[in-house]
Amino acid sequence: MALLQLERISAQYPGSPEPVLADISLSLGPQQLLVALGPSGSGKTSLLNLIAGFVEPNAGRITLDGVPVKGPSAERGVVFQDDALLPWQDVLANVGFGLELAGVSRDKREIRAREMLALVDLSGFENRRIWQLSGGQKQRVGLARALAADPRVLLMDEPFGALDAFTREQMQELLLQVWQRTAKPVFLITHDIEEAVFLATDLILLAPNPGQIVERLSLDFGQRYAAGESARAIKSDPRFIETREHVLAKVFSQRSAATRQERA
Amino acid sequence: MSSYEIPAVTVKPGSTVIPVRRSLSTRWISVLTLVALVALWWAVTATGMIEPLFLPPPSAVLQKGWLLVTTGYMDSTLWQHLGASLSRIGLGLGFAVLTAVPVGIAIGHNRIARGILDPLIEFYRPIPPLAYLPLIVIWCGIGELSKVLLIYLAIFAPIAIATATGVRTVDPAKLRAAQSLGATRAQLIRHVILPSALPDILTGVRIGLGVGWSTLVAAELIAATSGLGFMVQSAAQFLVTDVVVLGILVIALIAFAMEMGLRALQRKLVPWHGQAH
Repeated sequence: MALLQLERISAQYPGSPEPVLADISLSLGPQQLLVALGPSGSGKTSLLNLIAGFVEPNAGRITLDGVPVKGPSAERGVVFQDDALLPWQDVLANVGFGLELAGVSRDKREIRAREMLALVDLSGFENRRIWQLSGGQKQRVGLARALAADPRVLLMDEPFGALDAFTREQMQELLLQVWQRTAKPVFLITHDIEEAVFLATDLILLAPNPGQIVERLSLDFGQRYAAGESARAIKSDPRFIETREHVLAKVFSQRSAATRQERA
Repeated sequence: MSSYEIPAVTVKPGSTVIPVRRSLSTRWISVLTLVALVALWWAVTATGMIEPLFLPPPSAVLQKGWLLVTTGYMDSTLWQHLGASLSRIGLGLGFAVLTAVPVGIAIGHNRIARGILDPLIEFYRPIPPLAYLPLIVIWCGIGELSKVLLIYLAIFAPIAIATATGVRTVDPAKLRAAQSLGATRAQLIRHVILPSALPDILTGVRIGLGVGWSTLVAAELIAATSGLGFMVQSAAQFLVTDVVVLGILVIALIAFAMEMGLRALQRKLVPWHGQAH
């Protein structure tokens, strides 16, 4: 049974003639890691903002557990591309921030924050200042902060987009470990094809003008990693490469179709 | 530490670059300038080039300073004059911070508040405070109230405007992050907007204090029976030049101390400011 449900969503920015998203339907259930992959302009960030409740759709329905989504809420935790952490608090206070907002006592939220920091492999960094952290460490704090508030679903807005290639690989593996341990449904957007194919249990490919789903795939590479196979072995597996090339070809065919359309 | 300081260049031993003599640090250059200035002052007065009536020697000013501290001038000691001026600016600053910060948040956060308050502040802000001092005196008399009110008005505008700027430039990602963690409107202001705007608020306080201090001293020159400005003004009427010089030096020292204190406060309260995060 799907937790999060999007039914025929369309969205348009005020004053813009073209919709950014047209007729998007998707669902996200337990045990799922849904990745929306697309080039810039395909509306993937808009899609995440709609689910997070930062903007409202022009048409269609978004429901969580059958209840319509209205505005941002702690039920839908978000990890941002830029850390969006609070520099006036230390790491521990940042992770416990959602609980502080909910009125949880200091002792309880510190216990919870320490647990979450251990989960993202950042124990010992409790009293560091945000500006003393590397990009990857900041994203770990962002992930721990979102998880500490115990959301129903976790939304991730190109969380590893600003990281270097080595850190990105590590973070992908960390995310799979965390996802497996917490069993949170995850909705993640990215423009990195390899990242999408590696992480996703379900992958949707978005094409621009207007943003629409042009391909849906069910994949198991993430589960194979969770089952103990090494990330390198998976990523060099011929089946992985084949899937990656298939998605890449699809992106390019969509691109050239769009160009032909513009020329006509 | 001033923000204009350039780190001294050090040359690694053994490098092929011709070694340069390590230059004086900027701070020492400043100290030497001050020392030279005092020496020049002493020289022109000791040689009799300038009469003590126009410029008393440093020693006379220092002696007078001791006299002012112990016995006083115009019925009050230096401390009492200083205390009168400081309590006026303290009260003005206190009320200004308490009211200008909420007003600034309202202007930066709320369209209607901005529509109402922004033109009012922008209208009175460019008026030199001394220009409306006569009106304040007509309304509130020549007592303490009118002086505190004048300082308050002088400090209010810079703080309100700086706060509004700080609120408007809050990182939208931080706001969204807090909202998706369940923050209410009040919690957003308390936990995200106010701390984000704090560096700007402190800059506003710095500017406000500078304006407020000069306004206060000028107001005391015109209408007061105590305070540093009054002390300088009444001494000038009796040609007691050493008190005039001393008063000006104390006024400058206080302004300098306030500026340094606020910079220290800024470093302590907003250590993240200017850090790449």
